[in-house]
Amino acid sequence: MKRQTLAVLSLVMIPVALYFAIIYAPTEATMGHIQRILYFHVPQAVLSYTSAIILGLASLMYLIKGDLKWDRLAYCSAELGVLFTATTLVSGMIWARPVWNTWWEWDTRLTLQLMLGLLFVGYHMLRSYLPEREKRARLSTVFGFLAMLDVPINYLSTRIQEQHHPVVLGPGGGGMEPSMQLALLISMIAFGILYAYLLAQRIAIAKVEEEVEYMEQVVHA
Amino acid sequence: MRPVFAIIHKDIAIEFRNKESISSMLWFGLLVLVIFSFSFDTSDAEGIKPGILWVAFSFAGILGLNRSLSMESDNDCLQGLLLAPMDRGDLYLAKVAGNFVFTFAAEMIILPVFAVMQHLHFDLKLLWIVGITIAGTLGFVSIGTTLSMISAHTRMKEVILPILQIPMTLPVIIAAVTSTGMVLGEDTRGISFPLSLLGVFSIVYLTASYLIFEYVVEE
Repeated sequence: MKRQTLAVLSLVMIPVALYFAIIYAPTEATMGHIQRILYFHVPQAVLSYTSAIILGLASLMYLIKGDLKWDRLAYCSAELGVLFTATTLVSGMIWARPVWNTWWEWDTRLTLQLMLGLLFVGYHMLRSYLPEREKRARLSTVFGFLAMLDVPINYLSTRIQEQHHPVVLGPGGGGMEPSMQLALLISMIAFGILYAYLLAQRIAIAKVEEEVEYMEQVVHA
Repeated sequence: MRPVFAIIHKDIAIEFRNKESISSMLWFGLLVLVIFSFSFDTSDAEGIKPGILWVAFSFAGILGLNRSLSMESDNDCLQGLLLAPMDRGDLYLAKVAGNFVFTFAAEMIILPVFAVMQHLHFDLKLLWIVGITIAGTLGFVSIGTTLSMISAHTRMKEVILPILQIPMTLPVIIAAVTSTGMVLGEDTRGISFPLSLLGVFSIVYLTASYLIFEYVVEE
C-alpha cells in the first residue's frame, strides 16, 4: 500500500476512533471518564510490543541475509518502539494517578514496559556510537536480536512481583461491554494504520539519510 | 576443546600477574557495601539486604566486564585472538569461563564481608547464597561477555556497556534478589521459580551468544 493511502486512512481513522472512544463508548461505572484512556493506552502498548517483535525478527533476517534493508526496518521499528513505550507509560500514569492514587507501581506490566523502553533506548545509543554503516548494522542487529529474547524472560521474571494492573482482555480478564469492545477495536485499527504509516514514512526517510551519508563519505574520500 | 582451555589459561595467567580484574571488582564491590551500610539503617529493614548484595555484585561485575574488554581491545589483542584457528563460539565460551571465574572469585570475597557487616550467621544459608550467586553470575556473564565485545567496537566503550547490560540482566537481578531474600527470610517456598528462571536465562543466552558470536567479533 502506498504511503499516501496510509496517510489518508490514518487521517480518517484517528478522528473516527476519537469519536468512538469519547462519545460512543459508555462511561465506566466506577472510574468514570478516566477509563476512556484505555482506548489509547491498550493499542499503544500492543504496538510497542509489535515494535519489539519487528526489531527482533528484522535483526535476525539481517544476520541471515546480510541485506541492509532488514537493518533499516529494525531500527525504524525500534524508533517507533521508543515513541509507543513512552506514550503507553505516560497514558498509563495519567490513568493511574486518580485510580491507584499513585503515578507508578512496580507491577509486572509496568516494569516490563519500562524495561522495553530502556532496551529500545540502549539500542539507539549503541547505534549512535558506531560510526561505520556496516559495523553499526551488524552489531546493533545482534543486540536487537538478543534484546527480543529478553522480553519473554523479563515477563517471567516480573511475574514474581505483585500484580496491580487490571486485566481486561484475555484469560482471567474482567470482560467489557460490547460497545466498549467496539470502540477499542476501532481504536486498535486506527492506531495500527497510523503505525504502518509512520513505519513506512520512517523507512523512506532512512533511505534518504543513508544516501546522504554515502554521498558525504564519497565527498570526504 | 583445547583452544578453549588455552584461552582460559591465558586469561588466568594474565590475571595472576597483574591482578587488575579481581582486585578492582573486589574493592569496588566492598565500597558499594560500605556506602549502602552508611546510607541505610538495615537493622530494622531486612528486606533491603539482598538488594545491597546484588547491587554490589552487579556493579562489580560490570567493572570486571569492562576490564576484560579493555584487556582485549588494548594493543589489538583481540585481533591476535581472532587469528587462532578456532570456532568463534568456542572463543565466546572461553571468555565466558574467564569472566565467570574472576567475577565469582571477587564475589566470594565480598560475600563474607557482607555477612559480617549485615550480622548474618555463617551457616547453611550462606551456602544457599553461594549457589544462587553461581547461577546469577553465570547468567550475568553469559550476556555480559557478548555485550562487552559489542561495546568494544564503539567509541564510548565503558559508558555503553552498563547502558546495554543493566536492562538486559534485569531478569537475573530480580530472580537473584528474590531468591536471596527468600533464603535470608528463611521462607524458601516457591524458590524453585526464580532459580529455574536463572537457569533458563543462562541457557538461552549461552546458546544464542554461542551461535551469534561470530557476527560480534567479525572485522
